[in-house]
Amino acid sequence: MAETVRAPLATAGITHQRVVFPEGLALDCGVVLRPLVVAYRTYGRLNDAKSNAILVCHALTGDQYVAETHPVTGKPGWWTSMVGPGLPVDTDRFFVICANVLGGCMGSSGPREEMTDAEGRPQGRPWGMQFPPVTIRDMVRAQAKLLDHLGVPKLFSVIGGSMGGMQVLEWAALHPGRVFSAIPIATATHHSAQNIAFHEIGRQAINADPDFHGGEYWKHGVVPARGLAVARMTAHITYLSEEALTRKFGRRLRTGPMLTFSNDLFEVESYLQYQGSSFVQRFDANSYLSITRAMDYFDLAAEHGGSVAAAFRNTPVRFCVISFSSDWLFPTAMSREIVRALNAVAANVSFVEITSDKGHDAFLLDEPDLFRTVSGFLAGAAERWR
Amino acid sequence: MPEGLAPAPRTGRPLADRLDLRLIAEMVEPRARVLDIGCGDGALLDILVHEKDVDGRGIELDMALVTAAVAHGLPVIHADADTDLAFYPDAAFDYVILSRTLQATERPREVLAQMLRIGRRAIVSFPNFGHWQVRLKLLLTGRMPRTKALDRAWYDTPNIHLCTISDFFALCEADGYRVERWLGVDEAGRKTPWRRNRWLANLFAEQGLFLLTRE
Repeated sequence: MAETVRAPLATAGITHQRVVFPEGLALDCGVVLRPLVVAYRTYGRLNDAKSNAILVCHALTGDQYVAETHPVTGKPGWWTSMVGPGLPVDTDRFFVICANVLGGCMGSSGPREEMTDAEGRPQGRPWGMQFPPVTIRDMVRAQAKLLDHLGVPKLFSVIGGSMGGMQVLEWAALHPGRVFSAIPIATATHHSAQNIAFHEIGRQAINADPDFHGGEYWKHGVVPARGLAVARMTAHITYLSEEALTRKFGRRLRTGPMLTFSNDLFEVESYLQYQGSSFVQRFDANSYLSITRAMDYFDLAAEHGGSVAAAFRNTPVRFCVISFSSDWLFPTAMSREIVRALNAVAANVSFVEITSDKGHDAFLLDEPDLFRTVSGFLAGAAERWR
Repeated sequence: MPEGLAPAPRTGRPLADRLDLRLIAEMVEPRARVLDIGCGDGALLDILVHEKDVDGRGIELDMALVTAAVAHGLPVIHADADTDLAFYPDAAFDYVILSRTLQATERPREVLAQMLRIGRRAIVSFPNFGHWQVRLKLLLTGRMPRTKALDRAWYDTPNIHLCTISDFFALCEADGYRVERWLGVDEAGRKTPWRRNRWLANLFAEQGLFLLTRE
C-alpha cells in the first residue's frame, strides 16, 4: 500500500511531493526496484465521474513542475503556455497530473536517490551509476502506479512532447483501455541513429570530465559541471533550428562591435554557455546518462514484433499527432511514420504539422496553431468521451 | 465529459453554400465509418459527425485547412490522396468520399481504386467538363474554358485531370465499379431535372455525383 510522504531530496534540500510504493516496480531489465518513489504535481480537481484527468509527460530535462514556479530555479514552469486556467490544457476543467520520470532527479526514484537493496533497505549512499537501466515503458508503469494511487481509472488524455511524446505513445500501446485520447508531440516511435549519436556526445562529455569520478562524484563533493554543461550545449543546438539561431544571434558579438581576434565571444557562444551552466544547477549528471539511455532504447516496433502498427491494433485511443516544420531532431517524417502506422490499423488520428522556424523547442514555445490544435482536439474528444 | 468544453467554431464557408455536401451526406448511412478525402476544413465531416453520428475521418493536403479542422475537434490528418491511401487496410471504411478533388489528383484512376479497396463504397463528385458552357466557350473562343467551378487559368489550375460525366461512366465500366446511384447537379449542389438521363446530364449538369461499389 502506498503512502504519501513529503521527504526531503537528499542532495538539493528541497521537498518534493512524493508517493512511495514499498512493493516497488519490476523493471524491463529484470531488476525489482524497491521501493518505487514517484514525485509528482497535480493541478485542478478530479471530478466525481473521474473523467477529467490529463497526464502530462515531461521531456528529457523537464520535470513535474509544469505550471508553477520551479522550486529549484525560481523560474516559471516549463509549460505555462499550455497548462493553466483558461489555457488549452485548462486546469479549471481538467485534473492535470505530471510525474517526475523514473530515473529523474526531482524526487522520483533515480540515480540521485538513496540506493536500496533487493529488500528495499537503504544503503546509505546514492545509486549513482548503480541505478538499474530504465526504459520509457518503465516510466509509464511508474506513472500508472501513481494514477492508481490518485484514484484515476482512466485518463481523458495523455500529452507530451519529445521524450514526453514517447511516453504518450507507450501509454497508448501499453494501456489502451486507460487512455481515451493521446497527444504525442514532436516525437517518434524510436530514437534514430542521429538522435543516439547526439546523446552519445553528451554522455562522452560527462564521462570525460575529471570531476565525474566514474559516476561517484558525490564522494568527492563535486559535480561534473563542465561535462554536463557540454552535454546540455550540444543537445540545445539540436533543439533549435538554424533559422532560430540566426534570428536570435546571427554573428553578433557579445564582446564588442567588431572582431578583435582575441577573446571574442559570439552571442551564440555566450547563450550556450549560459544554457550549460544554468542546467548544471538543477540537473544530475547520472540522471542525464540514465534518461538519455532510456530514450535511445525506445523502439515501439521492436516491442511489438517489429511493427508499430501491431502496437496499436484495434486501439480505441483517439490520437492527435503534432510535428513542427523546422524540427530536425524529431522531423515531421517521424510523426508521419506514426500516422501511417495508425492508419494501417484504421485508428482515429488527427495529424498536424505546424509551420514554425523554432525547431524542436517549438513545442514549449508560444505557437498559436499548437494551442488551437490541442484545445480543438480535446474539445472534440470531450464530445465523444465514454 | 468535462463540462463547458466547446469546440472552436468552424471558420470556413457557411454550410448553406454547400448543398453538394448535403447531397453527399444524404447518401451516407448513420453511424457508418467514413473517410473524407480532401476534406478541407471539415465542413462535410462536421455534418456527418454531428448529424449522422458517423465515425468520420478526414485527410487534407492544405495544412491551414487541416489545422482549422483539427482545431474544430475533427479527426483530420495532413496527407496526400495520391500517396497516403495505400497505408489504410482493406475495407476499413463503409464510405470513402472524394468531393470535388478527383480532378486535382495525380493519378485519379489509382485513387479511385484505392478508395474502393479501403472502403466498401465510394462517393465521388467532380466538375463536369462536358457542360454546355464549357463546350461552347472552347468552341467559340478557342481558349481553355473558365467557369465558376473551374475558375483558374490553365497554367495555375490544380485541376489537372478533368473529365465529363460520360468519361466517368466509361472509367467505372472499364475498372468494374458498379454505379449504385448517380446525380447531375448544378454548381450550388441542387439536383437538376435532367438527372435521369446521362446524355442530358453530361450536357447540363455542372457536377457529377456518384455512389460506387465494387462489382
